[in-house]
Amino acid sequence: MSLKRSSVQYTPSYITLLCLLCNREKAEVEETLKRIQAHKGVIATIVVNAEGIPIRTTLDNSTTVQYAGLLHQLIMKARSTVRDIDPQNDLTFLRIRSKKHEIMVAPDKEYLLIVIQNPCE
Amino acid sequence: GHPEIFPLVFTTKTQEIFNCRVDEDVTEENCFKLIKKEDIIQDLKTRATISDFHPVKKVVLEYPGEELLVVFDAKFQYGQNFYFVASEEAKENLLKPPETAEEKDDDKEEENREETPEIHPYKPPVHKPWVSLGSEKEVEEESVKDTVTKIKYMISRVRRKFGAPVTFTDKNASHVKDSYVECTSYQDKTFSIKMLEKDVGVQMVPKVREASTQTKWTYPKNAATQYFPRQLSNEEKEESLSSEKLKEFLTSVHLRMEIALQQNEIMNAFFDDWKALAEDESSSGGKPDVYLKAYQSFTDLRYLKDRTISCICWHPTIYGTIAVSARVWLSYEEQVNLSDKSLLQQSVILFWSFFDPIHPQLMLECPEDIYCFQFRPSDPNVIAGGCINGQVVLWDISQHEEKLQNAKPVADGIKPSLMQVQQSSTEPPLVRYCAVSSIQNSHKKPVTDIHWLPDYFEDNRMGATFENRAEMCVQLVTCSPDCSILFWDIPATKLPEQPSSEKVEEEEIFCMPPDVPDTFKHLDLCWKPLIKINLHKSDTTTEYNPVRISLKELHYHYKTSEKVQSLDTLEVPAKDNPYAEMSTPSSKNLKVLENISTDFFAGTEDGEIVYSNWKMEIDSGSAKPVSQKHTQKYTIHTETINTLQRSPFFKDIVLSVGGRNFAIWKEGVTNGPILQSSCSAGRYTAGQWSLTRPGVFFIGREDGNIDIWDLLRKTHEPSHFQNISESMITFISPWIASPKQHFLAVSDDLGVLHVLEICQTLSHPSRNEHANVLDYFEREVKYLK
Repeated sequence: MSLKRSSVQYTPSYITLLCLLCNREKAEVEETLKRIQAHKGVIATIVVNAEGIPIRTTLDNSTTVQYAGLLHQLIMKARSTVRDIDPQNDLTFLRIRSKKHEIMVAPDKEYLLIVIQNPCE
Repeated sequence: GHPEIFPLVFTTKTQEIFNCRVDEDVTEENCFKLIKKEDIIQDLKTRATISDFHPVKKVVLEYPGEELLVVFDAKFQYGQNFYFVASEEAKENLLKPPETAEEKDDDKEEENREETPEIHPYKPPVHKPWVSLGSEKEVEEESVKDTVTKIKYMISRVRRKFGAPVTFTDKNASHVKDSYVECTSYQDKTFSIKMLEKDVGVQMVPKVREASTQTKWTYPKNAATQYFPRQLSNEEKEESLSSEKLKEFLTSVHLRMEIALQQNEIMNAFFDDWKALAEDESSSGGKPDVYLKAYQSFTDLRYLKDRTISCICWHPTIYGTIAVSARVWLSYEEQVNLSDKSLLQQSVILFWSFFDPIHPQLMLECPEDIYCFQFRPSDPNVIAGGCINGQVVLWDISQHEEKLQNAKPVADGIKPSLMQVQQSSTEPPLVRYCAVSSIQNSHKKPVTDIHWLPDYFEDNRMGATFENRAEMCVQLVTCSPDCSILFWDIPATKLPEQPSSEKVEEEEIFCMPPDVPDTFKHLDLCWKPLIKINLHKSDTTTEYNPVRISLKELHYHYKTSEKVQSLDTLEVPAKDNPYAEMSTPSSKNLKVLENISTDFFAGTEDGEIVYSNWKMEIDSGSAKPVSQKHTQKYTIHTETINTLQRSPFFKDIVLSVGGRNFAIWKEGVTNGPILQSSCSAGRYTAGQWSLTRPGVFFIGREDGNIDIWDLLRKTHEPSHFQNISESMITFISPWIASPKQHFLAVSDDLGVLHVLEICQTLSHPSRNEHANVLDYFEREVKYLK
């Protein structure tokens, strides 16, 4: 297989367009995350990539890394459990309710969204 | 009717013929009449249709037996005066059971006669032929049969030998070994039987084999792996955040997440309604008769005679151990002329244990009467106390810690052995103090309040707070009516600089008795306070004379230390003598903590509450450290403040008790107290918040009563009061010994320490009590404005 040179020319206007597009997407991403964070009782929001490395977080670094690592493993285990039982099935959501708060994880093929909320009494 | 019974009418003529005339031959009792069949047939032939038997002619002719039964029916049961029984069986049945029927009524008799055909006669069991089910084979197998016929022997003796004279011989018993003669059996070689058949049992056992091997033992080695998490660099993070995939992911995922978040907001799915209901009931249920049950009381006749208890402290870690300090009750004149007072008796701090109400466990020797003392939170073996002459004293009881922990219950009713009597008559160990502060630099008046500063910060000379690396409480704050508040520091090692000659003079070579631990030897008699704060009144040059002090940051817990979130405190490994190896921390390397509040409340001798700040700032004009001028003063109480305490639940709520009323203050609210009680008849002499219920506090009175105030029930009067002693209550101290046992230690003027058990309603908070009390305080704050 030979490498083919890309036919796109990186003109300045093209780059600006790309940046704008990226920014727009980034803005949308920010907006969605902000909206989730603004919910009542939400303590923290973490976005983790497929390898368990946090990309975006509202907590301090050490806690984020801890949450990301542990929950990533748990999601893999949960997903494999669900799929072992029924290969057509897949994990869509995981909620862990503890005494102090609730951890909600929404998995996807490549990313993981973790939200920690303090449910009101 | 009965199929075999035929009612008949007997005319008089018929009755004559058959000799069954009514009331002559047959009567009601004797109603049976047997009539021969031939006679009836004869009668039928002679009289044909007029015969009374004509209707039953057929039955008569068919009747098998010889005699027919005719019964006189006196009661016309069957319709006529006679009836005729048509079968042999029925006849027999009627004739036979009249023996039993005679015992019963006539009705019953007739009923029995009707039932007779159904009685089953007893049939003895009939022999059945034997059916073999195979058991005879087993029986045969198990039975023992002779395989060979038994051989019979008959042994007899020749007749002529019977009755023959017997000859005996003598034998000396000592010639025979063991003096024992016997006729031993021997095997006759001329005779042998060959055993042809032998019955032997055999059991199979698995083969057992033991084997062992020795492995090579290499020396054990600890291995550890250190890892750190992978992290993305900022550029990579930016790249991911801007990628299209993340956007798609979030669009697809955020809907699920929002649904879940909203579910939690709407209601708590795991809320147990039943449990909540039960809690409410238990709290509003029957009121206990006694809120504070008397548990134990302690007093000592030798050391506490004529003394009043000035301070009570529970031992933070050992269950059931409580320490009291006593001081001589002085009138005002005597208090003024302290130097004239001569101590007849040694003043001590006594340690009591629940297990031994008569003998104190430990005694701490005090140089003077102690007004107040506290256990050090990080190490309960160190106790700091404030004396009546202004000095601060330190004790170290680590040697006796084990003894305190092993306090055994004293068994009463058992006659003590001599050794036990000897042991019990020995005095409790007397622990001498380790260090006292230097007299010149201490307070000039009695030290009325002493607190250990919490272990996460320490001050330096400027009053700036630094982080405390060692997590040990090393600083004290004391206050005294000589208008000063002193901060004391317990430095690690000997103070390196001893430059001035005056100091050398002051230092006396003091030989401590050998059994006193030398933990604080370097401090003894040369201990100086770190910071001295004079409480000046803002308008005049006069000063306040504080009696009680309450710092904001005094919230510490004895068991676990609460870490302030922004600190990274290092763990100091536990050593035997931490002081020897700890180096003086240089204040340069410590982090300055900005978020520790340095405000405090102080209650004065005149009944004023002062709110001030101890942090010293460099006055820009004179470049000298000057304490801040922001002080607020409130005059609510008319007499000396005897209690100033922060609520264990709310860091900014303070209770002050003095004179005839008490008040609750909130930090930050400057208009006045958020709750003030009305003047009461007697003086309030002590007060404490409850440790478990946010809205409950205890107030002690001059007449020996304890008022229990519950802010959620009534705010204008106590919800309950109880009399504890006849004399004035001097100190109250609540304590949680175990989740089920909550105690309240109350001391009075006579030197008696009462320990009361708090009942469940007072010790367990109701649901949402914290939130309710917080609401109440906020409402009160609003009303003030």
